[in-house]
Amino acid sequence: MKHIYENHLLWVYRAMKTSRYFEEKMEKVYLEGKQPVFNIGAGPVPGEMHLSNGQEPAAASMIVHLTKNDTVTATHRPHHQAIAKGVDLKKMTAEIYGKKTGLGKGKGGHMHLFDPKVKFSCGGIVGGGIPHAVGAALANKKRGTDWVAVSFIGEGAANTGAFHESMNLAALWNLPFILVVENNSWGISVSMKNSTSVSSNDIRAKAYGINGYLVKDNDPLEMYRISKEAVERAREGKGPSIIEIETYRYLGHFQGDPELYRPKEEVPILREKDPIERLKNHLLRENIITDDKIKNLEDKIFNEVDNAYDFAIHSEYPEPEEALEDVFC
Amino acid sequence: METIKEKRKKLTGSKAMIQALEQEMNRDSNIFIMGEDIGKYGGIFGSTTGLYDKFGSDRIMDTPISETGFIGASVGAAAEGLRPVVELMFADFHGVVMDQIYNHIAKIHYMSGGNVKLPIVLMTAVGGGYSDAAQHSQTLYASFGHLPGLKVVAPTFPHDIKGMLITAIRDDNPVIFMFHKTLQGLGWMDQIDASLGPVPEEAYTIPLDKANIVREGKDVTIVGVQMMTVEALKAAEKLAEQGIDAEVIDLRSIKPIDKETILTSIAKTNRLVVVDEDYYSYGITAEISAIVASEGFKDLKAPIVRLAIPDVPIPYSRVMEKFVIPNADNIIDSVKKLVKI
Repeated sequence: MKHIYENHLLWVYRAMKTSRYFEEKMEKVYLEGKQPVFNIGAGPVPGEMHLSNGQEPAAASMIVHLTKNDTVTATHRPHHQAIAKGVDLKKMTAEIYGKKTGLGKGKGGHMHLFDPKVKFSCGGIVGGGIPHAVGAALANKKRGTDWVAVSFIGEGAANTGAFHESMNLAALWNLPFILVVENNSWGISVSMKNSTSVSSNDIRAKAYGINGYLVKDNDPLEMYRISKEAVERAREGKGPSIIEIETYRYLGHFQGDPELYRPKEEVPILREKDPIERLKNHLLRENIITDDKIKNLEDKIFNEVDNAYDFAIHSEYPEPEEALEDVFC
Repeated sequence: METIKEKRKKLTGSKAMIQALEQEMNRDSNIFIMGEDIGKYGGIFGSTTGLYDKFGSDRIMDTPISETGFIGASVGAAAEGLRPVVELMFADFHGVVMDQIYNHIAKIHYMSGGNVKLPIVLMTAVGGGYSDAAQHSQTLYASFGHLPGLKVVAPTFPHDIKGMLITAIRDDNPVIFMFHKTLQGLGWMDQIDASLGPVPEEAYTIPLDKANIVREGKDVTIVGVQMMTVEALKAAEKLAEQGIDAEVIDLRSIKPIDKETILTSIAKTNRLVVVDEDYYSYGITAEISAIVASEGFKDLKAPIVRLAIPDVPIPYSRVMEKFVIPNADNIIDSVKKLVKI
């Protein structure tokens, strides 16, 4: 058992580190063509860009308990969940570059990544993906499998009608469904305190007669433990759960966000408690991995991500007329 | 052919729907239905009567009043390989679920580059004429037809209702299947002849992209949908008594529109009246007029006439409702003026 646990923690580290390196690279690439004057439509990666740096534990410490048969729906800030779920990194990067080789042949972009091979999807409408995961959970139950469906949302989505309708349905039908609320404190510029009537959304589980869990301080180990319990319960037919994790958003809502709404000192304080560094220190302290091996692992990660970017950069753009394809099958 | 004919029984629109659903559900165990009051009640407009007793609560699922929840859930279930049929009780209620319909159901196949298929049928009741007022009487054909990624059909007669519903269920794309309340042949509404018609017993399909010429004529083309087709046929009978020979096209498919059938008819009649139980502006009458003006201009001998609900919400009081919904008399008046031009 200890062996499994240790391997899981290494897996979580790898997933978080991959996402972090992928996004740090994206942060730079995104600014290409957007300096000195920021123009959202310019450069190799145009459009909105929502990065998840800091929020990695929410995704990795949950998805480590899932297989490719389990469904994940994610948000407009989807890279950390996509990477943890095993979405094809080359095709995902190419999609963000708007290339023909992308997951959606360049029709989706960074907010609309679909990889049915690993049952991953995301979308740009806040709360919109929750009922999709409920439907996947319904299909799992109808077919008598032990597969589960997990929907990741931000704390802002917990105030949508879709949240309430979906939670009621999932509880009513006792579905293998888990809602993970990544509470990064900010719905664009409005704080949780100014948007939400309760101090945390796990409390709302009571309203549906289901289990609610709160993971404090962006802790990957606690998120791992709680997620394991919720996934096991769902697989055993014990119904849905809500997990809220207090997580951190290092960057703006989107790149180019002037962030006038939050105090300047907030992010440096959060970065000091970086969850990836905390997990790395834990792995070293507990002799789960050595310094040399972690260096090797990181080299592998950097190499994989760099290759994905190379693939995207060197891929062809779609022909303009391809815009007319894929409306129907 | 004779044997098929012998097997044809007359069914109402409602019974034709139920027969289509039952036969398809027997054929494919992946099909299930979700909606409000579709279980023991059998659907407020009789779309699922009796199916609960045959298939049970796992496949005929009553839902809470949570359109975003259960219609949104159809996306996840369809992506997993099931074939959900969902009922939105009134098309008027689309407002509470439009995000799921037009941002998700309609777009996911496209945004995924064709990698995610969503074989969803959304059945919804449309139409007025029984004083249900502004929030329960709309057809909204154009609102749905406007959105890329949805096939939208609105059959009129029981034979087409069954055939097109079966095709919709077998289609791998999302299909909005609009059924008109007055054409369901329900005991508690006005009963009209058009709501009862011959329907073959066996399962059969009718394409989702073809209009149907329901009356041939040479003097004028009248295009209608559902109750407006019924009114157009009534008008055509009376016009015939006055020596005017009208061709009536039942549109059946809102999206895609069968341009060819319309243009071919106008090449023969040179005159066009379009009748719609939806609003005037940006609607079917505008769309068909634009198609004919762009692609059949040379065949027109007179301006196109558009009959639709003037741009007002549908009023409650009977006299006012009758005034805003086009009828056979309006069509007759328009045609008589048109053939003199």
